[in-house]
Amino acid sequence: MLQQEKSKKGSFIALICIAALLALVVLVENLGALVPNLPSVLRPTSQLFIVLKKGAVYSLVAVSMNLLNGFTGLFSLGQAGFMLLGAYTYAILTVPMANKDQVYYLFGGSAVKFSLQELFGGLFGNTGVGGAVSLVLGVLVALILAGLVAAFFAWLIGLPVLRLKSDYLAIATLGFAEILRAIFQWQKLGPVTNGANMIKSFPTFSSFNVQNADGEVVLRLSTFVPFLVAVVCIAVIVLLITSSYGRAFKAIREDEIAAEAMGINLAKHKSLSFCISSFFAGVGGALFAMYATNAQAKAFTSTMTYEILLIVVIGGIGSISGSCIATFLYVACSEWWLRFLDTPVILDSGFQIPLLRDGFRMVVFSIIIMIVVLFFRKGIMGEKELPDLFRKRKKKAAPAAAAGEEGSSNG
Amino acid sequence: MKRILALVLALCMVFALAACGGTTETQAPATDAPSTDAPATDAPETGAPATEAPATGDNVVKIGVFEPSTGDSASGGKKEMLGMQYANAETPTVEVGGVTYDVELVFADNGSTTDKAPSAASQLVSEGVSLVLGSYGSGVSMAGGPIFGDAGLAAIGVTCTNPNVTAGNDYYFRICFLDNFQADVLANFAMDKFDAQVAYCLGENGNEYDQGLIAFFEQIFTAAGGTVIKDSFPTNNSDFTSYLNKAVNEGADVIFTPVSIAYATQILTQAASLGVEAPFLGSDTLDDNMVLEAVNGTDIQLYVSTFYQEGGNAEFDAGIKEYINSNADALANNGGNDIISAVTAMGYDAYYVALEAIKAAGSVEPSAIKEALWNVTYTGVSGDIAFEPVNGDAIRDTAFIKTADTATGAWVLETVQTGSSTTAE
Amino acid sequence: MEYAISVLLSGISVGGQYALIAIGYTMVYGILRLINFAHGDVFMVAGLMGIYFTASMPLYLSLPLVIILTVVLGFVIERVAYKPLRSAPRMSVMISAIGVSYLLQNTATYITGGQPMTYPVIPFLSDTVNVAGTLTKWVVILTPILVIVLVLALTQLINRTKIGMAMRAVAKDFETSQLMGIKINSVISMTFIIGSALAAVGSILYFTNYQSIVPTAGAMPGLKAFVAAVFGGIGSVPGAVIGAFIIGICETVIKGLPSAWDVSVFSDAFTFALLIVILVFKPTGLFGEKATDKV
Repeated sequence: MLQQEKSKKGSFIALICIAALLALVVLVENLGALVPNLPSVLRPTSQLFIVLKKGAVYSLVAVSMNLLNGFTGLFSLGQAGFMLLGAYTYAILTVPMANKDQVYYLFGGSAVKFSLQELFGGLFGNTGVGGAVSLVLGVLVALILAGLVAAFFAWLIGLPVLRLKSDYLAIATLGFAEILRAIFQWQKLGPVTNGANMIKSFPTFSSFNVQNADGEVVLRLSTFVPFLVAVVCIAVIVLLITSSYGRAFKAIREDEIAAEAMGINLAKHKSLSFCISSFFAGVGGALFAMYATNAQAKAFTSTMTYEILLIVVIGGIGSISGSCIATFLYVACSEWWLRFLDTPVILDSGFQIPLLRDGFRMVVFSIIIMIVVLFFRKGIMGEKELPDLFRKRKKKAAPAAAAGEEGSSNG
Repeated sequence: MKRILALVLALCMVFALAACGGTTETQAPATDAPSTDAPATDAPETGAPATEAPATGDNVVKIGVFEPSTGDSASGGKKEMLGMQYANAETPTVEVGGVTYDVELVFADNGSTTDKAPSAASQLVSEGVSLVLGSYGSGVSMAGGPIFGDAGLAAIGVTCTNPNVTAGNDYYFRICFLDNFQADVLANFAMDKFDAQVAYCLGENGNEYDQGLIAFFEQIFTAAGGTVIKDSFPTNNSDFTSYLNKAVNEGADVIFTPVSIAYATQILTQAASLGVEAPFLGSDTLDDNMVLEAVNGTDIQLYVSTFYQEGGNAEFDAGIKEYINSNADALANNGGNDIISAVTAMGYDAYYVALEAIKAAGSVEPSAIKEALWNVTYTGVSGDIAFEPVNGDAIRDTAFIKTADTATGAWVLETVQTGSSTTAE
Repeated sequence: MEYAISVLLSGISVGGQYALIAIGYTMVYGILRLINFAHGDVFMVAGLMGIYFTASMPLYLSLPLVIILTVVLGFVIERVAYKPLRSAPRMSVMISAIGVSYLLQNTATYITGGQPMTYPVIPFLSDTVNVAGTLTKWVVILTPILVIVLVLALTQLINRTKIGMAMRAVAKDFETSQLMGIKINSVISMTFIIGSALAAVGSILYFTNYQSIVPTAGAMPGLKAFVAAVFGGIGSVPGAVIGAFIIGICETVIKGLPSAWDVSVFSDAFTFALLIVILVFKPTGLFGEKATDKV
């Protein structure tokens, strides 16, 4: 009873925190319009926002991978493949009719003769508020379909491969992702997938910036949108993990045989976890297409999967908030803070700082990763979540009580 | 202990986020300082607001260079940058409205991949460049394009030949010919020179450059009565003997391989050891000294279509050779010798087109430069450059076709070919 | 007919090269239960060393040096990246392997400046020879022969010597063999040394045939060699070799199918599809031993 009340209070606090975060994102993005002479890091052209967007997208994918690898103990390396499915589903369904001929110029137009937001546009109108509604609905439906397609393929491939043990499963899913990539690049499927060419000109994050009649941007929402989608999706995953399904997943992770003995249907739960993880990877892939403003199979290589896996490890396998924090750190480091390592610097005295040249950034970066993997094996958060950290603080006063609590909150 | 560590790390992140706002701020002036001649007026101390004002008042105009220096296209990207760096060394200032501006090149590595391109593009945007040059490779240009568009920056594509780079993006211009023109030139060349009836086309699966050229080549070649056999190889493939044997087996008169440099060297060396006799046709990517080295001393016949042929402008040739040979980095970036790649000449021209645009705009404001670009005309070492008014593509009707002299290891001009159809759709 | 021979010939040669890499995978997996993702990159690094050393010294010095330094690299990787994680969950070791692979690739990009490098011409191996009307390089003919010789030597080592016996014991039961007084660390190091040496030899053969090296050059052959190892039954050296030849030949045959079918793009995809099918129907591969899980 007490526990329940506590968790209610906790979720209330969490809700407020999330709402505050989203409000902050909107505020920061629009600060440029409100305050003149901002430091350039807060201007709309700053790299901060590109990092935030990519961070939001990747954190969703990382959390979806964590659900599978960290919470269910299924070592899958197919994430890039499911992202590819999501990205292409989204892109194929949302390229406006007017742009199809240009985008599919090698194939004389697309075989898909509609675009979702224009279908809704037929209902609500294509301009003004109606246009906004149909854009939001179209994108929303496309995102959900992106997830569903990925989940469907996950179910299909899961039937045979989920019976495999850890590393075999990893290599089988990796292979599956490679097969998918080859299929989507096949020129014969060009009228649908555009073959080797990228699909572009579909609604992206910038499409959500509110413009006035003169075409000037009055309210920027381009960073808010990926945050909103990612937050909602991650919240769903968190709810799932705290439910009885989540406990079953953890039981499978700890010991499959014991879990089965406890009456958990292994095949069903594994498949469920795989499909849900892939669903969100698909949504993440669609968001990634929006971030990159294009969808092209070439981008979804095993390198991308490894990147996401490393994020999960750095954050702590089995920690949602760890994955999120690690994502932003990782993206910011690789795309922003460490970029200076790529530029040779010649000091005034004519002394050139050694080592700094193209590619050095990635070397430093991979060394940092190795250090984390070897010396901070639990990652940033281990299996804990952000709220745990605050809870522990209070417990220090009553160590005896804490010992009991710790077991229950982490078990 | 663990949770203290975790908390500390989390805090570190927050601080780092806050601090890095500052670091990137100070970074910009730090790189400025050595290049400006007399920063005596108000030497940028630290702190954000101080650097804001001089961004335009310090008489520096920044030109962004959006090129791959890592990844698959690094080799080409670096050669293209070489042209820009040389041009910058040759003409480091530009006169705008009676005031002399120092031109500073700002480099961003797009890593040859579409997922790294947006952040590289936004790096240039956030550094406050006035316009952008690049990139080698169409995919990254298309991925970076919308970022430049959103920021109101004009970008000049140097050797990205895919039609979709400029189509649908008002802010992207380009100074090179397009895929369809290039394919047209090569198809006609194959027909004229070799009376080719059967062409074997080989490209990388999933590479828009290869597949686009092959598709256009097929259209034109079959329309003229020829037969095309197509194959695609998977990424990271290294065994091409099956494909080459197949080409020989099916009686191909020419083999068309519009692939990236690394694959081209693989294909050509393997063809040499298989003793393939059919001539190879290549696109502009094959105009590279690594490719030349690969066929050196073999019996391979290789013809490539390209933007520039060494000897086209003696003054430029001599200058860039001296520049390459006097600078160890430049020499390494050019693959260890001083053979001039066409992309280097294109990079050189692109820099001067950018200067022309800045002069014509009479301002370093990105929007003014973008408007001015439409009407810029310039006679560069690779020919006359002007932009057509719909997409901002270059008006070009000639391509050089050159052949590799396998005895001396040099390119020899074969012919200057014009396309049969119009340049752009 | 000539065409069929030429396809088969390149298939055998590709298979031989995969075999040399696959042995490294299968031995490490047999003992550590670790997919050594970095193995393909060690192979690539060996190739790069070959380029840099032959540029500055004669072949009879540079090639042995390549093999020695590759062995050192493999040894160091094991000691630095895998040994500290001996007691950690398997997933962490595998992630460490991915990290090493990432590091090697990025370092290679940094050093080469992202340029594709051209492997030197090695006398004799690079010379062409006429087999039944098809021109090919000597290395293509020699690779399978060399592979068979090396495999025979290796099976002798595993079956007849003390270290071989120790390897088999460790592969069978990690903990018990430790209790029996086997120095586990030296056995594991030995495995990595053999694997790396074979990768170095493989790199010389492979890059003599396919002369261009980019930093990702090791990734695909590495992955396929692993598939070959799984196909043949992981842990079994002859199995890995046979698996490698089958995959090499299948791949070249698919590439050689008529262009009108447009299926040559699926040569890699086929390899992975084959892997999934094998894993589902015979998870222990062609020659693998049946493993039972203990509760």
